[in-house]
Amino acid sequence: MANKQYSYYPGCSSQNGASSSNLMKSVESMVKLLDVQLNEIPDWNCCGASIGYAGGGELPRIALSARNIALSEQHNPGQEIVATCAACWLATREAKERLDHSATLLAETNEALKEAGLVFKNEAPPARHMVEVLIDDIGYETLKSGVKKPLEGIKFAGYVGCQTNRPFGIDGESFENPMYLDKLIESMGGEAITNYDQKVTCCGGALAFSEPEKSQKQIKDIIESAYDHGADMIVTPCPLCQANTEIYQNEVNKRYGTKFNIPVTYYSQLITVAYGGSGKDAALDGHIISPTKLVDIASK
Amino acid sequence: MSIEKYRKNFLKEVEERVEEGQWVKMCMQCGVCAGSCPFGPHWEHTPQKIFMMIRAGKREEVLTSDSMWMCTSCYNCVVRCPRKLPITHIMHGLAYLSKREGLMPKNQPTAQFGQLFWDNLTKNGRVNELKLSLGMYFKDGFSQGIKNAMAMQSVGMGMMKAKRLNPMEILGGHGIKDKSGFSAMLKKAKELEDARRKLA
Repeated sequence: MANKQYSYYPGCSSQNGASSSNLMKSVESMVKLLDVQLNEIPDWNCCGASIGYAGGGELPRIALSARNIALSEQHNPGQEIVATCAACWLATREAKERLDHSATLLAETNEALKEAGLVFKNEAPPARHMVEVLIDDIGYETLKSGVKKPLEGIKFAGYVGCQTNRPFGIDGESFENPMYLDKLIESMGGEAITNYDQKVTCCGGALAFSEPEKSQKQIKDIIESAYDHGADMIVTPCPLCQANTEIYQNEVNKRYGTKFNIPVTYYSQLITVAYGGSGKDAALDGHIISPTKLVDIASK
Repeated sequence: MSIEKYRKNFLKEVEERVEEGQWVKMCMQCGVCAGSCPFGPHWEHTPQKIFMMIRAGKREEVLTSDSMWMCTSCYNCVVRCPRKLPITHIMHGLAYLSKREGLMPKNQPTAQFGQLFWDNLTKNGRVNELKLSLGMYFKDGFSQGIKNAMAMQSVGMGMMKAKRLNPMEILGGHGIKDKSGFSAMLKKAKELEDARRKLA
């Protein structure tokens, strides 16, 4: 029996063969090492993400998240929902907030859910982000005490991005300069670039696809600043931030004549490696730009 | 016509027909949203201007604007707004109304991508990233699609090598089990919202 357990909402991009499958794999390894059990919400659906508004109105989008919450209440009763994807977490938390504040939306949502044989009872507390489990339920000191291979000699630019940080953010952190990622890096024995000035800059989100030129300007700023501060790699909690800043580096290079080639990793990969997991456990093989310094430590 | 009562009052229409539209009247025109937006330089009208235009009754100018489609959902404006307006949501809501009223700009790429995304996720309950990418490349026809796909070939190959893009997804891929309940739920939700917001 694990020390702690939660109702887990992995999200579409985290599935096998999807764009952030390396997030899911490294999270699964990380929680084993931390003695945390994640119970996947059975038959969970897409949250609608940030771009779902164009096709779906407000109520259909709320219904998406309400279905996930209702399934969690039914199958994983009494467990807090934990999400690893920024958009999944935001949508789930936002839906509950809207339903808490509007009797109309609540009644209509339940009328829609009835079609799927479900009820939104509103028993579950607001959805939480995996990072909150790490820093609030486990804590930096405890995390630090389990480190077997400190990430010595690696300089990390902690890129928090948008939706893990706004509008809800991690409790106790500021919107303009959140410090938790830097503290997590330091807990794992790495060097955090605490004055990395693009840590909450938008990567363009879904618009990296529809407005590549405008988004690549954002991506360029984020990467350039990491280089300017001497980073060996970027680390982020967000799957879309990771994808946008890693996979478009060649496109940015073509557009701006830069020579970017910097790895972008997840906090879960750092913790897995620092806790003695293998490169495969940390899904370090799931990158276009290999995080070689992390690979070296993992294979030591 | 059901929207006749709004003829002289676009603000009232926005309050009743747009997601979180009841907040628009709270804007005090400070402009922090405009200065905080990552895509600020590309907006035809900033959120601040959109809010004033709504109050000035400029229905057509607002609903035909390119602006709402520039929102990346970064929520920077929301956390900085001194009046705590949910600006991101209002932009989403205005974009959706403009689409439903048939007023959105033609070939607006984010509007097209957003619709592809919604159709993609509602089909199986989960996003199929391969079909979503291909759908976006091929939205302007076959030959343009091949050009787009060729241009992005190295990105796609890199993702496949990293096992983060699965060519087999073309055969169906991930999905939920209760598709019929899921579809019925979304259909009902749309009906209820359309009736309440008077969306045809």
